[in-house]
Amino acid sequence: MELSEFILNVEEQFMETDPGIIQGATEFRNLEEWSSLMALMIIAMVDEKYEVILTGDDIRNSQTIQDIFDKVQSKVNA
Amino acid sequence: MKAFIKAISYYLPSQTLDNEEINQLFPEWSVDKISAKTGIVRRPIAAPDEFSSDMGITAANSLFEEHGIDRNEIDFILFCTQSPDYFLPTTACVMQDRLGIPTTAGALDFNLGCSGYIYGLSLAKGLVETGIAKNVLLITAETYSKFIHPADKGVRTIFGDAAAATLISCSSTDKDMIGPFVLGTDGKGAEKLMVKNGGMRHPYLNNESAFSEDSVGNFKSSDHLYMKGSDIFVFTLVSVPKLCQDIMEKAKLTYEDIDLVIFHQANKHMLEALRKKINIPEEKFYIFITNCGNTVSSTIPIALYEAIKEGKAKKGDKIMLVGFGVGYSYGATIVQL
Repeated sequence: MELSEFILNVEEQFMETDPGIIQGATEFRNLEEWSSLMALMIIAMVDEKYEVILTGDDIRNSQTIQDIFDKVQSKVNA
Repeated sequence: MKAFIKAISYYLPSQTLDNEEINQLFPEWSVDKISAKTGIVRRPIAAPDEFSSDMGITAANSLFEEHGIDRNEIDFILFCTQSPDYFLPTTACVMQDRLGIPTTAGALDFNLGCSGYIYGLSLAKGLVETGIAKNVLLITAETYSKFIHPADKGVRTIFGDAAAATLISCSSTDKDMIGPFVLGTDGKGAEKLMVKNGGMRHPYLNNESAFSEDSVGNFKSSDHLYMKGSDIFVFTLVSVPKLCQDIMEKAKLTYEDIDLVIFHQANKHMLEALRKKINIPEEKFYIFITNCGNTVSSTIPIALYEAIKEGKAKKGDKIMLVGFGVGYSYGATIVQL
């Protein structure tokens, strides 16, 4: 799996954040649109597209989009 | 002798919290965004002097009037709530008197949330099919709004107050009209959706020390409703597909045989994610959340009432009902109208 594709999938969950703003190094909690509901949407997207389940703790322990990507990748490869 | 759902009515308080008001209180959440992400436009909110018993009584009186049911025929009241009037007496006892239901009726409360309607149907079926009762009045009512901290936009956006009344009666058919059931519990999730203070273990503090703020700016308070939404969502993604598979196997049915599927209406986004994951045909998946929000144990009877009214569920139809949430507690059943 590619980070660039993952970022596109994450971008799709946002309504008010322009494409290109979200990068691997983006600290997602600093995004204006971030909320607890966004965590749910990312968990659902990852379940649908990558067929693995991120936990609430996976998100809580992540700072950047890259951190989430790494967690997804390790689950996919497990 | 089989139990069946004879009639349903429901009640929504007239006061509401709509997306415009949420946007005024929390400008970072636009009206369109709230609507797109939750599927909810307004949530009914109980008046300050209106409680679960009052709402349940209004729903039950509507049931009697709307369907021409004689209250003297009710011989059991099951009341599902997590916001009872008192520690004691049992709210269902108070409701028996206020509803003018005969003193020969049995009555009890049970404390469940989003799975409560499924459990209520299982209890009612047991009472009817063992000959203990002939006409069970199952009332679900909840005032989560009274548990919610005003600054907690996350939960204020989701929950609405409501009550529903369902009459489960006895029919002479030998075909199952309610059931089978698959039920489950995982108490490890207890702290994920919780009002911690106010019971015996942790007294209500009623001071600012009970409050804290989480990483996304939501206020949390052990005096108030606390919800760890992402963990609950993960629980549903893992357990609900298995629950649906188990009920289909137990009932020896496929989605071809089912006319309509009604899940607990948690929020639109969660419902869509579950529907896609389980592969339930969109046209058989009923959603009714826009004008009432997540009303906890009343979402399923409200949706079932509306599906019948809209003609999406007709007499003879087989309907799959699935509840899941606080506890964690979950359950599924098949009902035939």
